[in-house]
Amino acid sequence: MSGNKVIKNLKSFSTAAERFEGSHVLCPGCAHSIIVREILNATNDNLVVSASTGCLEVCTAIYPHTSWDCSWIHIGFENSSTAVAGAEAMNKALRKKGRIGADVPEPKFVAFGGDGATYDIGFQWLSGCFERGHDMMYVCLDNEVYANTGGQRSSATPIGASATTSPAGSTSYGEKQNKKDIIQIMAAHGSPYVAQVAPNKWKDMIKKIHRGFDTKGPVYINAMSACTTEWKFAPHETIEVSDLATDSLVFPLYEIIDGTELNITYRPKNIVPVRDYLGAQPRFKHLFKPEYEYLIKEWQERVDAYWEYLQRREEARV
Amino acid sequence: MSKSIKDMGWDELVQGAALFSFEGDVDYEMSQVQPEDRNYAETNSRNAYVGDWRVEKPVFNKDFCIDCQFCWIFCPDTSIIARDKKMIGVDMDHCKGCGICVEVCPTNPKSLLMFNENTDNEEALTQWPEKSEEKGE
Repeated sequence: MSGNKVIKNLKSFSTAAERFEGSHVLCPGCAHSIIVREILNATNDNLVVSASTGCLEVCTAIYPHTSWDCSWIHIGFENSSTAVAGAEAMNKALRKKGRIGADVPEPKFVAFGGDGATYDIGFQWLSGCFERGHDMMYVCLDNEVYANTGGQRSSATPIGASATTSPAGSTSYGEKQNKKDIIQIMAAHGSPYVAQVAPNKWKDMIKKIHRGFDTKGPVYINAMSACTTEWKFAPHETIEVSDLATDSLVFPLYEIIDGTELNITYRPKNIVPVRDYLGAQPRFKHLFKPEYEYLIKEWQERVDAYWEYLQRREEARV
Repeated sequence: MSKSIKDMGWDELVQGAALFSFEGDVDYEMSQVQPEDRNYAETNSRNAYVGDWRVEKPVFNKDFCIDCQFCWIFCPDTSIIARDKKMIGVDMDHCKGCGICVEVCPTNPKSLLMFNENTDNEEALTQWPEKSEEKGE
């Protein structure tokens, strides 16, 4: 049996046979493994997976144990995308030569990377894969910080966040630069499908993953991954914080097809103020001092402006 | 290999060794076979144990469960066991006690609650709260 799983509701989804095992050593309450489980369980196809160095890679392959029930490649920080692209090219070549029979079902190729591996260190390699047009899916687990090495800032860290290399203190409010808009960058590569997902909106996520698997060519998925250690909230609040992120539109859920057709896939019924999202995470707690209040106002304005921009693009179909 | 990989010293390990999830050839569809019917190798982390990370453990009370499977989808540690669309219980070998399952449980009273790790499950069930009249958030 191959192809995407038919998932009508959560009950039918729960009959999936798990392909990601427990006893990995990710933190309790880590959203990475929620995302990985949702992706791996969404398809019946065989999978070829690689992971960039980062929490996901080191925690799921602590020697002598592996948590992956599918083919998995342990690779460097920068080149998970290239490793999977190479495997995909090999598969294509061996099929052409007849060394892999036509009766062997096509596997799906998935690369995972953290936001450091995607936004900074692996960006050149990722860009190359998308330019060459490999048939693969790249999933960025975006927790806005280099969480594996102790919480250094990455170019995904948003303004005002306190990270170990951009700490908040008496003279600084933390990170000064805003986050890269990686989704637009990947869409501009001419990727046939680019989307932002969040683990708490599982149905929206499964729909996008299915579409990604069905699309020929390089697919980029940006998955918001709330980090209990570096965002400094309690482990059981992961889903709550994720809900705040999607409902406050800090992480709007949308997709871009062929670089031009933008669809907003989730419109919150009640839009939550950004202040609530920031207040739930102690990495932003210094912003609530009176001298930094203006930053919260700026946050809200920035999020509103971006939402307005997305809506305008969706309406104009550009 | 006669010696178990877990008993090997650092100088006995093969460099860059591949780890196998399963014993022997896998001639079945992985996506169709539930974990209990698979032939796991000892290098699969399913055979490892992280239960000692827990300070509090989730206790499942099936009387209130509506099998919505929110706990199953949001469990980061693959520790909620669901078969045939029913929630069966919690896998205590792999549960790290994060408490997400309790947080997302929609029933009133909740059908999963955190108790101290040393509490007996039977005793925890007798301490279950009554249905609260207050509406949720």
